[in-house]
Amino acid sequence: MPEIEYILGHLNYWLFTVLMMTGLYIVVAKGNLIKKIVGLNLFQSAVFMFYISLGKITGGTAPIFPLDMRIDPATVYTNPLPHVLILTGIVVGIATTSLGLALIVRIREEYNTIEEDEILGIEKELVAQENRTLGDAMGGRA
Amino acid sequence: MLDLFIDLSLFTMLVATGFAIVKMRRLFGVTMMTGVFSLLSAMLLVTLDAVDVAFTEAAVGAGISTVLMLSTLTLTSRIEKSPVHTPWIPLLVVAVTGAVIIYGTLDMPNFGDANAPAQVGVAAQYMERGPEDMDLPNTVTYILASYRGYDTMGETSVVFTAGVGVLMLISGLRRRRRRKPSRDEGEVS
Amino acid sequence: MHHHLILRVVTKILVAPIILFALYVQFHGDFSPGGGFQAGVLMAVAFILYGIVFGLETVQAVMPAWLAHKMMAAGVMIYAGTGVVSLLLGYNFLDYGSFSPHHPSHGQHWGIFSVEFGVLITVTGVMVSIYYAFAARRPAISNEEW
Repeated sequence: MPEIEYILGHLNYWLFTVLMMTGLYIVVAKGNLIKKIVGLNLFQSAVFMFYISLGKITGGTAPIFPLDMRIDPATVYTNPLPHVLILTGIVVGIATTSLGLALIVRIREEYNTIEEDEILGIEKELVAQENRTLGDAMGGRA
Repeated sequence: MLDLFIDLSLFTMLVATGFAIVKMRRLFGVTMMTGVFSLLSAMLLVTLDAVDVAFTEAAVGAGISTVLMLSTLTLTSRIEKSPVHTPWIPLLVVAVTGAVIIYGTLDMPNFGDANAPAQVGVAAQYMERGPEDMDLPNTVTYILASYRGYDTMGETSVVFTAGVGVLMLISGLRRRRRRKPSRDEGEVS
Repeated sequence: MHHHLILRVVTKILVAPIILFALYVQFHGDFSPGGGFQAGVLMAVAFILYGIVFGLETVQAVMPAWLAHKMMAAGVMIYAGTGVVSLLLGYNFLDYGSFSPHHPSHGQHWGIFSVEFGVLITVTGVMVSIYYAFAARRPAISNEEW
């Protein structure tokens, strides 16, 4: 049954896509900045797992040779290159996440809120106020 | 068959955790759920033979990231305000994006295919020449540090740069300078 | 956290094994899963745990903030310095064969060791500094919001 084989072979990718889209939904739909960072993290984890799954070989084992280095040619090892790239990616991910969290802390200190709508409202009000001040200075015509 | 069962049950739990994160409005609970998500994904990575990555994910995702999230929560707020927009437009965007990505995967080789383009390129060379060149059992370590040494140096400097960025933003080292009262301070809060 | 007796006792017992485990992961990384990145995170976790339970001043007596900040840069310098040394020995940048021309694989061992050590220092420094930066900030909200 080639159809079943095809579906089973691609099921993993589709499920990773569902996870990715969950993250994307949080980023797009939620207004809370911390929630947005969590959504980005979900998206990132899903991409990492997807990338790792590209390197998997059926019947393979973890890419670590025996300690005495007598490698049995019949053993199949999973592709280690995606592991290397994602391993560094995870640590970079946490470093950049903390940068985002630091930005949120500063935003909270300046605006006293971390909801996107309220921040936009405050920004709009500030701009309106500035326009009014400038307009007064120019004789009420700006 | 057992592989498929483990795979599917882990995926079900991951998706359930993801939906719980979407629904939950208490950010403390969200943080805990993120830790759960990391541990589950570490398990999934073990089934994909990526033991090094699973180790990193468990240490970073469930350890450091939870601590950082919690310290951010103490500095900001703990409850997400209830949403003001309808969720339909984001759902549409997400559905379309997901459909495009799934359409992209249709041409991909089957999961676990040993002849996929990802397996036969430079990675096969690393596996073949590694034991002779390096004489080390852990392939991930020697590719990371030697064959891909430039990449890792770049990643290390990115981690360094992110650390410097955090220090510049919130370390308070800047406060030694005398602060001038800015014009629109006080009107905001 | 003056009243959490169990937490304090358990933390005191746990910190040393965590650091030991981090060193094991670092130096055994050539043979089993592990390496500089994981070991750096684990090492930082030991300090962060100590800081959470005993307070920032106590942990900064062990690892002062300036030390963590210097570690961030020192690790990258060790990494890049390895490359510069191999350059000065007449080989390519980050070509570890230069450290032992008759036994290239031994040179690789030295190179990988030094590079992973640089990664360990940087990751520990960055994670600890980030934690210090967040923890030193005064919380700006009232307790009712919990």
